Amino acid sequence: MLKVNEELCIGCGVCAAQCPFSAIEIVNGCAVIGDSCTLCGACVESCDVAALSMEGTEKSVQVDLASWAGVWVFSEFRQGTLASVALELLGAGRRLADRRGVQLSAVLIGHETGDAAKTLIAHGADTVFRFDHEKLLHFSEDIYASILTDLVREHRPEIVLAGATAIGRSFIPGVATTLNAGLTADCTALDIRDEDGALMQTRPAFGGNIMATIVCPSSRPQMATVRPRVMKSLEFDDARVGQIVDVEPTPALLQSRIRVLEEVMAKGSNVNIQEADILVSGGRGLENPKGFELLKKLADTLGANISASRAVVDAGWIPYPHQVGQTGKTVAPKLYIACGISGAVQHVAGMQSSETIVAINRDSHATIFDVADFGIVGDLYEVIPKLINKIEEYRRS
Amino acid sequence: MKIIVCVKQVPDAKDVRLDPVTNTLAREGVASIMNPYDQHALEEAVRLVEKHGGEVTVVSMGPPQAEEVLRQAISCGADQAVLITDRAFAGADTWATAYTLEKAVRTLGAFDLILCGKQAIDGDTAQVGPGLAMRFAMPCIACVQKVREVKGTSIVVERMMDDGYDIVETDFPVLLTVVKDINEPRVPSLKGKMRAKKAEIQRLSAADIGADPACIGLPGSPTQVMKVFPPQARGEKAVFTGNLDEQIEQLVTKLAPYL
Repeated sequence: MLKVNEELCIGCGVCAAQCPFSAIEIVNGCAVIGDSCTLCGACVESCDVAALSMEGTEKSVQVDLASWAGVWVFSEFRQGTLASVALELLGAGRRLADRRGVQLSAVLIGHETGDAAKTLIAHGADTVFRFDHEKLLHFSEDIYASILTDLVREHRPEIVLAGATAIGRSFIPGVATTLNAGLTADCTALDIRDEDGALMQTRPAFGGNIMATIVCPSSRPQMATVRPRVMKSLEFDDARVGQIVDVEPTPALLQSRIRVLEEVMAKGSNVNIQEADILVSGGRGLENPKGFELLKKLADTLGANISASRAVVDAGWIPYPHQVGQTGKTVAPKLYIACGISGAVQHVAGMQSSETIVAINRDSHATIFDVADFGIVGDLYEVIPKLINKIEEYRRS
Repeated sequence: MKIIVCVKQVPDAKDVRLDPVTNTLAREGVASIMNPYDQHALEEAVRLVEKHGGEVTVVSMGPPQAEEVLRQAISCGADQAVLITDRAFAGADTWATAYTLEKAVRTLGAFDLILCGKQAIDGDTAQVGPGLAMRFAMPCIACVQKVREVKGTSIVVERMMDDGYDIVETDFPVLLTVVKDINEPRVPSLKGKMRAKKAEIQRLSAADIGADPACIGLPGSPTQVMKVFPPQARGEKAVFTGNLDEQIEQLVTKLAPYL
């Protein structure tokens, strides 16, 4: 429970301003906690006079933490290739494992995985647990969950990381549930706490309006899904040595109630906007679906993918997998170019973590300019062709 | 077909603003809404029942005022609604929430299908649906963009993937989480609104569902928030000067690292 020490509280209201749920009121010079409190702890941090405290936060049952060791990375493999986030996680995992003085292992599940295990070692893994079986050709939530759960129980790693991808986010929560493990979604930073070696998992919440650092003080493994393109992979180095452990899944583990009838790949442009380095994004300011042809030209010039705001997806100008924002995808490319996007908060929530944001909009008051690093006020049908020309000119010079 | 829909009351994102001076959330007059993805889950449930018969039960874990979204659900076609509410649930993370929902749903009898939104827009975790499915030892198909066919004992759906979509078939009972592409939620009818006004919302406390106090709320949550802080402020904005050509030239110079 959240407790207010009435002796210490000076009624300054800092906590009330900090509370994401408007649950604190100042009554007669003292903070009063209302029903909408979710015990998130934001106020405890903010109180300068230490009048707020959280009680009963430690779980009574402690697991034997010391018997869990090692950092694991689930290495997503689909359509014959490793997801790039798998290699990024090995980069992050290597750093965490070295800080903890433990081994880094990769778990590879699939069929006809070829050199993938060797690639994982060349990117930092000490050990690769490889499950290569014809029944693992397609992604099946229940089989993947059973295999990973079983393997974690046997080897007891302290940390398990997976990409915050369609696959990672659909089966990892089931694994954490069965293992009674804490799981943090969509992390953007990972570190080790000095005093107890706990994994500090930082993630955006409220559409990126606040950041929260999460720990799992009394449960193992500590599990996290990590946003693609945030962590840095190590250079490929085939001089690195590691061990490949082939594991034959038992028939019980291969039992599934899910049958994949067909995998349908998106046609034409790449829909995997979360893996893109550069996104050219279109909104209602395009005025008609043909506007995306112009954006495509700019995207081709930059080697970018195309994304969009909700308005134009709802209008049917471009399919839903391209949608950025609160009811679409969250993206964090190196460069995000918003063309004719007004910058509704729901859209901004999905892209404000981008490294550099450029806005092109006719309306100089559009809120997208508030979040943009660089802005051009003008008609995008005039600006974009000029921009393409200038980029080509720059490259020639 | 008996369908359970899990919904959550969340702050309306369009009202949530960052105070540019203090860099904290400005929430004056923030309205509460039904999580947008959950509206799509509810709509799909109502459509399935309209087509195949059965009933839709909506459940929500939350404070007493979450009753509002349950009434909204009834106005949009749900048959009944259950509010799982108790101070002891406060501070629950996704593990404890999935536990609580499981205990509550078990008091409601057998079901064929549980529908959830892909994620809630306040926490954005997308973990409760898959976690709940695991607690019932049943399959979970996440990010469903279309229900293609309901057969006697199975259902065929499209699940959205990063590179396209998969067509998958799975046996009942099953849990599906849905994305917004699956349907267009209806606007409540006048009749629906009247029904919602009069409807009795069942309330379940921690004791009613037989919850283990060590598994609910903050004490039952393996994850704990260590600190909350504003995101790193973006760097200084560059202001371009001159005519359009000159501005674009300056922009290209700034973008050089990406070219």
